[in-house]
Amino acid sequence: MTNQPINKSTNQLIYALQLADNALILGHRISEWCGHGPVLEQDIAITNTALDHLGQARSFYQFAANVFNALPADQKANFFSSPVLQNKIAAGENIDEDDLAYLRDGWDFRNVLLVEQPNKDWAFTVIRSFFYDAYNFYFYTELQKSKVAELAAIAEKSLKEVTYHLRWSSEWVIRLGDGTDESHERMQEAVNERWAYTGELFQMSEADKAMLAEGMGVDLNGIKPLWEQRVAEVLQEATITMPANTWMQEGGKEGRHSEHLGYILAELQFMQRAYPNMEW
Amino acid sequence: MQQVTKEQVYEWLSAVTDPEVPVLTVLDLGIVRNVALNGDEVTVTITPTYSGCPAMDVIGMSIRMALLSRGFKKVTIEMQLSPAWTTDWMSEEGKQKLKEYGIAPPVRTSSSGLGLFEDDVVACPRCGSEDTELVSRFGPTSCKSLYKCNNCKEPFEHFKCH
Ligand SMILES: [Zn+2]
Repeated sequence: MTNQPINKSTNQLIYALQLADNALILGHRISEWCGHGPVLEQDIAITNTALDHLGQARSFYQFAANVFNALPADQKANFFSSPVLQNKIAAGENIDEDDLAYLRDGWDFRNVLLVEQPNKDWAFTVIRSFFYDAYNFYFYTELQKSKVAELAAIAEKSLKEVTYHLRWSSEWVIRLGDGTDESHERMQEAVNERWAYTGELFQMSEADKAMLAEGMGVDLNGIKPLWEQRVAEVLQEATITMPANTWMQEGGKEGRHSEHLGYILAELQFMQRAYPNMEW
Repeated sequence: MQQVTKEQVYEWLSAVTDPEVPVLTVLDLGIVRNVALNGDEVTVTITPTYSGCPAMDVIGMSIRMALLSRGFKKVTIEMQLSPAWTTDWMSEEGKQKLKEYGIAPPVRTSSSGLGLFEDDVVACPRCGSEDTELVSRFGPTSCKSLYKCNNCKEPFEHFKCH
């Protein structure tokens, strides 16, 4: 990560990027199921949720790009580390949502580690979505009260979609957990492994703290008990044992990612990096 | 161009349809929030149905083409996220058209219920039977879910309450 100045605007920018990156990377991961779903209806269902995440990412990136473009030139120059983006900014050009998605390097992505984890099987995919959807549901509920009107509006719009996501992923956790011996065992294994990535959801970054202090962001400690209750209820109905609280993985929100993000970006960004400004 | 009224613009907009559900106009969908006239310039404010709905770009383009062809020199499309779009804004005429087209219209007012394994009772648009079954809450487009009718045995789409 490069030396990023800290002030009111950059806090909003970083905050929006955290949200956008979560949505983009999870949407991308989920979209890998397109054409590979266990049955046609579920293939359609999961790719629908990918599309929602992508749409939400676009809204946050558009907001972030507007905030960025309004920054003074000296604050913009080294904000992002990739040379291709720095050159564009040095030339005095405005950046847009596509630049933020396609031209930033891995260490400038601020998504939580949970969303970049590989799909593996249906149980791992579903539990990743469930942990995230439950978080997202309470997060957007609170973000609707943000003093930043644009963020509140995106939250209001997105919450309706996230409600569908949460119902869908909750039902799948229950179906598999309370299903056959094998589906139960594989669901439990997925829960156990993915659990270590849930702590980071509630870790307050500097931008989270600053936005909360201004009445613009969400108190992650405040929504944590709601998330825990929801997760406990669904896991109980799924006859799945909730893992003991353990050491948690962290770093994504600060730009320290697992090796998986690099592969995602290689696929996601290849065309724009190899053929700049191409459209189809 | 001649002096035009807002009513005239709305009439022109009533010919612009949703590319994914072509029986519905943008007015039936309830996505047109405002029309602002300024001489030969016009700004149309629309609300997206779903964040990722790919039809929104096409709809914006169609509105632009429709109004440019009527003589406006500049057409601006503005996106407004809040208040969030809801199927409660769909016109009664629109719901009727959906039904005739073979898509079950939204049946209740929207809510954000989190009840699991609960489904709306949706009447089959073909035979009218209420003996129907939800196949998936997600369909071929963001706005639709999939049902099947246990009476006439036909599958059908439901424009879901949102
Ligand atoms: Zn029928």
